[in-house]
Amino acid sequence: MSEEKSDLIDVQINGEWHSFPKGTRMIEACREAGVEVPHYCYHPKLTSPGNCRMCLVEMGMPPRPRPGDDPPEPDEEGHLPISWIPRPAIACANTIAPNMGIRTESEMTEECRKGVMELLLANHPLDCPICDQAGECSLQEFSVEHGKGESRFREQKVKKPKNVEVGPRIRLDDERCIMCSRCIRFTDEIADDPVLGFTDRGSHTVLAVYPGRELANNYSLNTVDICPVGALTSNDFRFQMRVWFMKETKTIDTNCATGANITVFSREDKIYRITPRQNNDVNSDWMPDSHRLNFHWIESEARLTDPLVKKGGVHEQAGWQEAIATSADKLAGLEGSEIAIIASARMTNEELLMTNRLVKHLKAGHVDTVARNGEADGYLISADRNPNTNGVKLVLGLDNPGSQIEAIKKGIEQGRIKAVIALQENLVDDAGFSAELLAKLDFLFTTYPLANPTADAAHVVLPGAGWAEKSGTMINVTGRLQRLNKVIDGPGQTLEPWEIIRDLIQATGGGNGIYAVTDIFKQLTQEVSEFKDLTWGQIGDLGIPLIETGETIPLLEREKERVAKGLIVG
Amino acid sequence: MSFAVPSDLEKEIDDRITHYPVSKRSAVLPVLHALQHHFGFIEDAAVEWTAAKLELEPIQVLEVVTFYPGFRQSAPGKCHIRVCRTLSCAMAGSHELMDEICDKAGIDRSGVTHHDPIAVSEDGKFSIEFAECLASCGTGPVCLMNDDFHEAVTDVDGLLSQYK
Repeated sequence: MSEEKSDLIDVQINGEWHSFPKGTRMIEACREAGVEVPHYCYHPKLTSPGNCRMCLVEMGMPPRPRPGDDPPEPDEEGHLPISWIPRPAIACANTIAPNMGIRTESEMTEECRKGVMELLLANHPLDCPICDQAGECSLQEFSVEHGKGESRFREQKVKKPKNVEVGPRIRLDDERCIMCSRCIRFTDEIADDPVLGFTDRGSHTVLAVYPGRELANNYSLNTVDICPVGALTSNDFRFQMRVWFMKETKTIDTNCATGANITVFSREDKIYRITPRQNNDVNSDWMPDSHRLNFHWIESEARLTDPLVKKGGVHEQAGWQEAIATSADKLAGLEGSEIAIIASARMTNEELLMTNRLVKHLKAGHVDTVARNGEADGYLISADRNPNTNGVKLVLGLDNPGSQIEAIKKGIEQGRIKAVIALQENLVDDAGFSAELLAKLDFLFTTYPLANPTADAAHVVLPGAGWAEKSGTMINVTGRLQRLNKVIDGPGQTLEPWEIIRDLIQATGGGNGIYAVTDIFKQLTQEVSEFKDLTWGQIGDLGIPLIETGETIPLLEREKERVAKGLIVG
Repeated sequence: MSFAVPSDLEKEIDDRITHYPVSKRSAVLPVLHALQHHFGFIEDAAVEWTAAKLELEPIQVLEVVTFYPGFRQSAPGKCHIRVCRTLSCAMAGSHELMDEICDKAGIDRSGVTHHDPIAVSEDGKFSIEFAECLASCGTGPVCLMNDDFHEAVTDVDGLLSQYK
C-alpha cells in the first residue's frame, strides 16, 4: 500500500490538488480531474507529436532557491508554493511532475487558445453548412468556446486540392485539413499501411497519398472517425444525413466473434452510419471497414416482412397466429427423433435459451448451429465469423457447434429426419444443404430476415429480426458478455426470434410467462451457472468478463505493448 | 528511360548510410543529395529507390523531397542558376538581373508557380529559379551558377558565356 502511494504524484489543477500515478500526461491528469483541455492532434491510442498546440496550458513548478537561500516552505498539506512559468507548455506530450501546477483557465491559456484558433481558421474554409463534419467538428466546438468570433485575416485563403479520392472509401478535402497528422499516425502505427504523408510542407502543406498508391486497407475508415475536422469523409456517409438529426444507439458488431463495440446512427428506422465505440478490452477505438459498412442489407428489397405459409406449393401471406398454428400442427404428429433444430451462432444468449427450451419441449433428436470460419486478420477480425459461438456452447450446450450438420443431412437423406426448424440460418447458402435434400422434408420451418433459397423450400417462413432490430446478450471470443441493443424496428411484421420461439413453444403446448427479453435473461441467471447473480444493468455498455477462453485480440495486445513502452497513453 | 543507379554511386550511398547506425531513416537527406548530385534532379523512381534502400515508405521520402526547395523533381538545364531575391539583393536589382538572364538565355518564366519554381531554356542549356539569401548581402545582386558563386553581377553576357 505504501509503495502504491509513493507512485502517486500531487498536482494542482486550477487551484485544486489531485493525485495521479507517475508518468501520467498532463492532459490525462486534467481529464481525470474533470477539466477539459481542447486538443486536435493528441489521441490516446497514437503517439503524441504535439503539433497542433491547442492543448497549451500555463504550468508552474516549486521555485528553486538560489544557493544560500532558504528552500520554500511547504504548507500544512505538504505542498510547496508554485512559481508560474511565463511560457505555456503542451499538455499532451508532457508528463506530470511532483508539485506541478496547471492552469487551464488563466489569461495566458485563453490567449494561447485564441491565437491557435485564429491561425487554424485563417486558412480553413468556412463551408460548414455543406460540411459533413458540421455538428461533430472539433474546430467548430472549440471556435465556440475559444474562438474570437471575428477574423482579422484579410488575405486570400490558400487554395489546396479538394475532393481528392485518397482511397476507395474515402475522400479528402485538403483545404479543411488542419494538419493534426492523426490519420498519418493511424495508418503508420495501427494499420501498418503508411501511405499518407504531408508534402510541400510550409504555407501550402497538403495531406497526400503517394502517387499511384491508395488508402485502401480494411481499417481506412477509422481515419475518418479520428479526423477532427471534415477533411477526410466517408464516401458511404457523406451528404447522407446531418449528424444532429441522428439517434445514437450503443450496441455491438455481429460480423465476427470479436464483437466490436459500436455506435449506430439512425433516423426514423433507417441506419445511416456505424462508428466504433471505445472499449479497451474489445476493439480499442477501431473497427474494420468490412464490418462497419455491412448494414445496407437491412434496407434490402429482399427483406421478409410477413409470415408466409406454403399452400399448394405457393407461399401465401399469413398472420402470425395462423403461421404458428400451422407449424404446431405439422410438428404434433412427429417423434422427437424425427425433428432437427438448426439454430444460429448469430443468435443472442436469450434466443439460444429459448431454443434450448424448444429442443427440450419437442424432445428434438438433433440440434446444431452453423459454423462460419474465415481467416483472422491479425488485427480485430476473429477467425470465427459468428458473434456468439461461446453462447452456443454455454447456453445451448453444444460442445462442438457445427459438427452435427453432416449427420443431420444424412438423417434427412435417409428419411429419419422429417422436420427441420432452421432458426436465423440459410441452410442452402451457408450450410451446404441442397434444395433437393430440403424437398425430402415433411416440414421445414425457417426464420430469417431476408428471402433466401432455404425460405423458398420452407413450408413456413417467418420474418425474424436482424441484429439491429433485436436486443439480447452475446459472449465474444475472449469470453466477454456484451449487450446487443435494438437500434430500429424491423420492417412489416418482423418479430425478434425469441418471440417466435416462445410462440412456437406455447402453440405446441409448452409454458409461457415471458414478455420481455430481460425476463429470459433472468432465467439465464438461474439456469446457467456462469450467469449466476448477474443483472442486465450490470453488463452495462462495455460488457463484463464472463468466462475464460484464453483467446486474445491481436490489435489490443500490440497496443498494450505500446502502452508499456510509454509510446501511447492507451 | 529506366532509372538505374551506377554501382559506384550505390557504393557511396551505402557508405553514407553507415553513418547513421541508429535509424536508416536519418540517412534520407544524404542519399537524396547524392542522387540529385548525380542525376541533376529527383524523379519518382529515385524516390522509390531511396525508400526501398532505407526501408521506408515512398511517401516518407516524398515528404522530404517536397519540403526542401533545394531538391528538384524535374530536370534542370545544363547550368542551373539561382538568383537571390532576399531583401538586400532585391534592393540591389535581383529582379532586373533575373529578367536580363532570362532574356539573354532564352528562358520563359511565365509558367513558374509556387510548386514548380524552375524554368528551363528551350535549348536545355540553362535553367533558373529564385533562391533565398545566399549570404552575401553586401555585394548584391548575387547568383549561383551551378555551384559557382557570383557577386555584384552586372555583365550577364560575360557570365552566361562562361557556361555555354
